[in-house]
Amino acid sequence: MIALLLRDLKLAFRAGGGFGLGLAFFLIVTVLVPFSVGPQSSLLSTIAPGVLWLGALLACLLSLDRLLALDWEDGSLDLLATAPLPLEAVVSIKALAHWLTTGLPLVLAAPFLGVLLNLPVPGFFWLVISLLIGTPAMSVIGTFGAALTVGLKRGGLLLSLLVLPLYVPTLIFGAEVARRGATGMETQTPLLMLAGITAATIALLPFASAAVLRINLR
Amino acid sequence: MTLTVTDLAITRGGIAVLEGLSFSLKPGQALILRGPNGIGKTTLLRTLAGLQPPLSGTIDGAEDRIAYASHSDGLKPTLTVVENLTFWASVFGTDDIQSALDAYELNELSDRHAGNLSAGQKRRLGLARMLVTGRPIWMLDEPTVSLDKDAVQMFADAVRAHLGQGGSALIATHIDLGLDGAVLDVGPNKAKPKPIDDFDGGFL
Repeated sequence: MIALLLRDLKLAFRAGGGFGLGLAFFLIVTVLVPFSVGPQSSLLSTIAPGVLWLGALLACLLSLDRLLALDWEDGSLDLLATAPLPLEAVVSIKALAHWLTTGLPLVLAAPFLGVLLNLPVPGFFWLVISLLIGTPAMSVIGTFGAALTVGLKRGGLLLSLLVLPLYVPTLIFGAEVARRGATGMETQTPLLMLAGITAATIALLPFASAAVLRINLR
Repeated sequence: MTLTVTDLAITRGGIAVLEGLSFSLKPGQALILRGPNGIGKTTLLRTLAGLQPPLSGTIDGAEDRIAYASHSDGLKPTLTVVENLTFWASVFGTDDIQSALDAYELNELSDRHAGNLSAGQKRRLGLARMLVTGRPIWMLDEPTVSLDKDAVQMFADAVRAHLGQGGSALIATHIDLGLDGAVLDVGPNKAKPKPIDDFDGGFL
């Protein structure tokens, strides 16, 4: 399992691995928003938590179609399925590798990009906390979507459509934590909901992903 | 332990391709799988490897004992030869990649990225993967594609060594490998078109 994780991380950082794609997209979104909505700092600080959350979510979505498709194309997915590793572990590790190479960099970059959107000072802490808790769910849900669409030509389109509604609860509660945190309100309820969603997806979805992957590999 | 297949029927794309297939594969034995294109050789290997369920029939002694090599080699182009092999070795819980490198003369290429290898060299690396799995039953699907004469000899030697250690191999190929294995011709097991027997008369 460690070997698979290390391999995926290595692949992500090598040429053409796609590391930085989500980060660059996140940067572009947050840099361009002030240009498109105008430079009023009060407006920017109002929309900052939502824009940052939406940017992170879309950046996460961007790299999902490669998550399993590359392994499927070169045949390694077939070989992994016949290896001693259970497929549930394979998809969990894949999701973890995706989070480490996409989700975690977004979490770490978010406070710097928050400055560009005039995020109120108390909001930084809650933004990072909410992204830290919310992004693992996005990777796990994304892996499920990738497993559903693996082997389909141009499956990326279907993948985005399938995954977007599943991302909605995470987005609502995640952005709510960041928004409430930024305005100095109490954040416990949406934070608990967000953590609950993440915990449930991590606990349940790997089994669903492995099941659909088995069907898709036939 | 012997791999025993009894009255197996398999499907591809929802259509039965082979039926009534029975054979056994003992340790130290190689079986050469023959049959015309589209008969279902690849599907049979995939079914035995556990990638798809059989339509009917039983497969005994296959669980977690099969190393499967498909048409594609499962190599990562941005990893080196050694990294590719090391990865598969650790997935299968073994650590000896040197003998695999020796068997397919990959030592000179060990630090090259797999993406820069020729088709034949990639194939050799893909076949070297079988050696690091440590699994007793090899299932090989057209293993000699794009291999030159010498490499085919390396492959035949590797299979012979594997059989000598009590392993077994099921190889779908059309060329003569010089192995003294029995031939399993699946041509006669071609599934017959099914009569429509689930027609609902009440429909009329």
